[in-house]
Amino acid sequence: MNRIANIGKYCLMLWVVFSKPEKFKIFRKRTFDEIQTIGINSLPIVALMSVFIGGVIALQTASNMDNPILPDYTIGYITRSSTILELSPTIISLILAGKVGSNVASEIGTMRITEQIDALEIMGVNSLSYLVLPKIVAAVIFFPILITFSMTLGIVGGWLSLIISDLSTTETYLIGIRYYFKTGDIVYALTKTIVFGFLIVSISSFYGYYAKGGSLDVGRSSTEAVVSSSVAILIANFLLTQMILL
Amino acid sequence: MIEVKNVSKSFGDHKVLDNVSAVFETGKVNLIIGASGQGKSVLAKCLVGLHEVDEGEILYDGQDFCQMSSEVRRKIRTEIGMLFQGAALFDSMTVEQNVSFPLSMFSNMSKAEMLDRTNFCLERVNLAGRNKLFPSECSGGMQKRIAIARAIAMNPKYLFCDEPNSGLDPQTSILIDALIKEITYEYNITTIVITHDMNSVIEIGDNINFIYKGQNWWHGNHKTIVSTDNKEVGDFVYASDFMKQIRTKLA
Ligand SMILES: Nc1ncnc2c1ncn2[C@@H]1O[C@H](COP(=O)(O)OP(=O)(O)OP(=O)(O)O)[C@@H](O)[C@H]1O
Ligand SMILES: [Mg+2]
Repeated sequence: MNRIANIGKYCLMLWVVFSKPEKFKIFRKRTFDEIQTIGINSLPIVALMSVFIGGVIALQTASNMDNPILPDYTIGYITRSSTILELSPTIISLILAGKVGSNVASEIGTMRITEQIDALEIMGVNSLSYLVLPKIVAAVIFFPILITFSMTLGIVGGWLSLIISDLSTTETYLIGIRYYFKTGDIVYALTKTIVFGFLIVSISSFYGYYAKGGSLDVGRSSTEAVVSSSVAILIANFLLTQMILL
Repeated sequence: MIEVKNVSKSFGDHKVLDNVSAVFETGKVNLIIGASGQGKSVLAKCLVGLHEVDEGEILYDGQDFCQMSSEVRRKIRTEIGMLFQGAALFDSMTVEQNVSFPLSMFSNMSKAEMLDRTNFCLERVNLAGRNKLFPSECSGGMQKRIAIARAIAMNPKYLFCDEPNSGLDPQTSILIDALIKEITYEYNITTIVITHDMNSVIEIGDNINFIYKGQNWWHGNHKTIVSTDNKEVGDFVYASDFMKQIRTKLA
């Protein structure tokens, strides 16, 4: 029951968030600030994760290539497909749900309990639109960039690991990377990413905005934000895959 | 003028405001006084719509605030300046950005005009030149004063101050009281100040509402408060030995 009430409250929140910003100049500046905190500051962790995941995928595929019928370029093909279809958009989004989600929820939650949100409201500012909309826009713009970056690095990671452990050659790997390439896969992956970015930021903002009590409660709502946005990502991933790929 | 008519507010079973009525006049410093936990802050938050009242009316110059849509409320709120009990400064912004924030949101001033206005407001609370500090780098009393500067930045029509001089030394306290009094008269503001500082009560109380047990138990002004025979008010005003001595001297 509580869950359903929360979903209703969440939808109502979105309704207020998407009202026209008071001043476009301020909205634009806030959006660029958020691109910095949500997007650019996430580049290092995304890079690190992607290189290692791509590397491990390539190694695992290589070590399972006992069947002589399979051509050598299968390693590149599988590394590319799994990175583009699932690892970059979904796994990296789940990691970002942890990083960005807790950041957003605790920032907004702290503003709530220290009455900063009340102060905004008293001035006549639409606090939801002022605080949340730039974050959502930043995520929707920058998540696809982050994930494209992650795909590239995942594939590079795969290549590096193969070269270092001498399991394949650059030429064979490249053939695999290019083999049966569908632009549709990228479109599918980036569509997922945009949805995930939206879910992470809006759900975390929701938990922060409606936080009550003290610092302990802000911690609690930021944990809930991470858990709920991760679950939302998994469900959305399933539904989107059904809708787009099948 | 802000009129409060029969306002009640409960949190669960706890009735904090019980049928409170009051009139806060324009161009006067209206005080809400009372012991800790009696519902002063809750009353102020009801007045500005941060808490919805359970019953009763709140009239801003005759318009019922409780019945307004959120858009109309927002319009009225741009004319409200409020100082929160905990200052509520934006901690990601500098002092200057805090004070100029309402200007940047709602005025059409140029950058230079905004800076002028900000510096003017900071000067009035004795904080000239502290523009670039962050709230976390300021003392509690400084934060209060920055919050006052922010509250008056837009030249509000209605000014709410929740304990403007708690945490300030007596001299700064007097300065803030004088500032509140001065701008109230100068710009004909409807000012509402919550306080338990007896010095402020005597200095600036044009119109005093004493909240006790969630009710507007007594109201009067800075002259009648020292002479009233209402027991609860007397207990509040003459709580300290120092004030008791003054009373015997006066008698
Ligand atoms: N959001 C809230 N939820 C539940 N109870 C509340 C809430 N805010 C205030 N109260 C209760 O209302 C009562 C009055 O609180 P209020 O903050 O108005 O006191 P106050 O008169 O301002 O006291 P002080 O002088 O100490 O600031 C308190 O008993 C408090 O427990
Ligand atoms: Mg209070």
